[in-house]
Amino acid sequence: MARIIVVTSGKGGVGKTTTSAAIAMGLAKRGHKTAVIDFDVGLRNLDLIMGCERRVVYDFVNVINEEATLNQALIRDKNCNLLYILPASQTRDKDALSQEGVGRVLDELKKDFKYIVCDSPAGIEKGAHLAMYFADDAFVVTNPEVSSVRDSDRMLGLLASKSRRAEQNEEPINEFLLLTRYSPDRVKLGEMLSVDDVQDILSLHLLGVIPESKSVLNASNSGMPVILDEKSDAGQAYADIVARYLGEDRPHRFIDDKKGFFRKLFGG
Amino acid sequence: MLTDASNIPFDIEFKSTSFSVPVLVITTDDMDVIEQKLQDKVSQAPEFFKNSPLVLDLQEANNQGCLIDFIKLAELIRKVGLFPIGIRGGNEQQNKQALRLQIPVHALSGRDVPLEEKKQKSVSHESEANAVVSSNITASATTLITYPIRSGQRIYAKGDLVVLTQVSAGAEIIAEGNIHVYNTLRGRALAGVRGDVDARIFCFDLQAELISIAGNYKISEDLGDSVKGKPVQIYLQDQALIIKDIELHH
Repeated sequence: MARIIVVTSGKGGVGKTTTSAAIAMGLAKRGHKTAVIDFDVGLRNLDLIMGCERRVVYDFVNVINEEATLNQALIRDKNCNLLYILPASQTRDKDALSQEGVGRVLDELKKDFKYIVCDSPAGIEKGAHLAMYFADDAFVVTNPEVSSVRDSDRMLGLLASKSRRAEQNEEPINEFLLLTRYSPDRVKLGEMLSVDDVQDILSLHLLGVIPESKSVLNASNSGMPVILDEKSDAGQAYADIVARYLGEDRPHRFIDDKKGFFRKLFGG
Repeated sequence: MLTDASNIPFDIEFKSTSFSVPVLVITTDDMDVIEQKLQDKVSQAPEFFKNSPLVLDLQEANNQGCLIDFIKLAELIRKVGLFPIGIRGGNEQQNKQALRLQIPVHALSGRDVPLEEKKQKSVSHESEANAVVSSNITASATTLITYPIRSGQRIYAKGDLVVLTQVSAGAEIIAEGNIHVYNTLRGRALAGVRGDVDARIFCFDLQAELISIAGNYKISEDLGDSVKGKPVQIYLQDQALIIKDIELHH
């Protein structure tokens, strides 16, 4: 059965697109046929992060409006042949998305793909709403600072009340926390919330912590999802997250510089 | 003096709202019996029924073949001190009579009384000989919340509210009765919002943005460090909010 994953946050600039690209690539690398959809109509970014911006012909809105078929619009990734990208339209706005149209495209994708990753735009308006509406699992991307945590909390409320699963009284969306841009040094200085602080406020299952890392920016600039940079800390953190999502038991890393500290914290 | 309505700066406004109105289900055409039963009911709770509006439901009576003169019935209701404000389930003639008395005709809807309750009512009809006041005062049931209340969410409980999960900052929980939060309370909690000064708030970990009982409130800034993050109960005493530690015995 195909699963629809939404990568969402409420707040902008926390790393949704970086995360979408990384986990979609991670799932595909693990042998699962995966599609990643850019819901940020009008502010198209995913194609840049995935390095396929020069191969965009048709986009998500074209498919919704039946101006192109799904196969025409899907771009096969150059690094992994199990990964496909459905780019957003840059010339339209979010009003071009309709619930009925998005549902139809997702249904069609579900026939052929194991995982469908929906890269949500920031905010809680139409684009973000439609990105999460059909989701089975939600990756809530949060930075360790209060406004991002507050926005994530708001988004969790919407996932629990305004999604298809909520409206049809089905089993709720599985919610996972991804803490990004984490810097243990700054936590120590009191400049950032700690993992515990965030967990305390959101009480959510922690899927992983992505350290603040130069490799993320490098990856974005070169159009390679950071998970392909296997030597980088951020790349390894995303690989851990994909493994945990697929049910593997992996100890958390990158929460503190000192190795012993984490064991102390979680009694591992 | 002639006034042009469009020159008046104030406008009228239509708003849609719903009211809770008692419905009197009639099951007999014996006016004396109805009057007697109504008098009995009203004398049991004179304050509640004083000037109370009433919708008359004639469906049952008409189904049983009773011949009810609506004008006489409305007269009787007024005599008891109640205001008939509507009719439903009436036949054509009864509806016409109602309109002549400027009483609106309401459509029957199956939704307002649960089936179970309907059954019970019809049982009690027999025992109480044909006239029953069925008011829709809901018993102030307790609302139980088992999922986290997130920022931006709002919960309203007609009676007591029991929350087993955390209430996030930016969330709002409101109850006409007491509020119990067996977790961290970070949002706003308003108990006794319809004026119940005896309502209380209980919580395991007080970090609220605002607490209020019957309109008397304190904001986060006013909460002393001695009670922050502690299990407390909050109640009104001489119009002052009292926040008191709850001693937990281990």
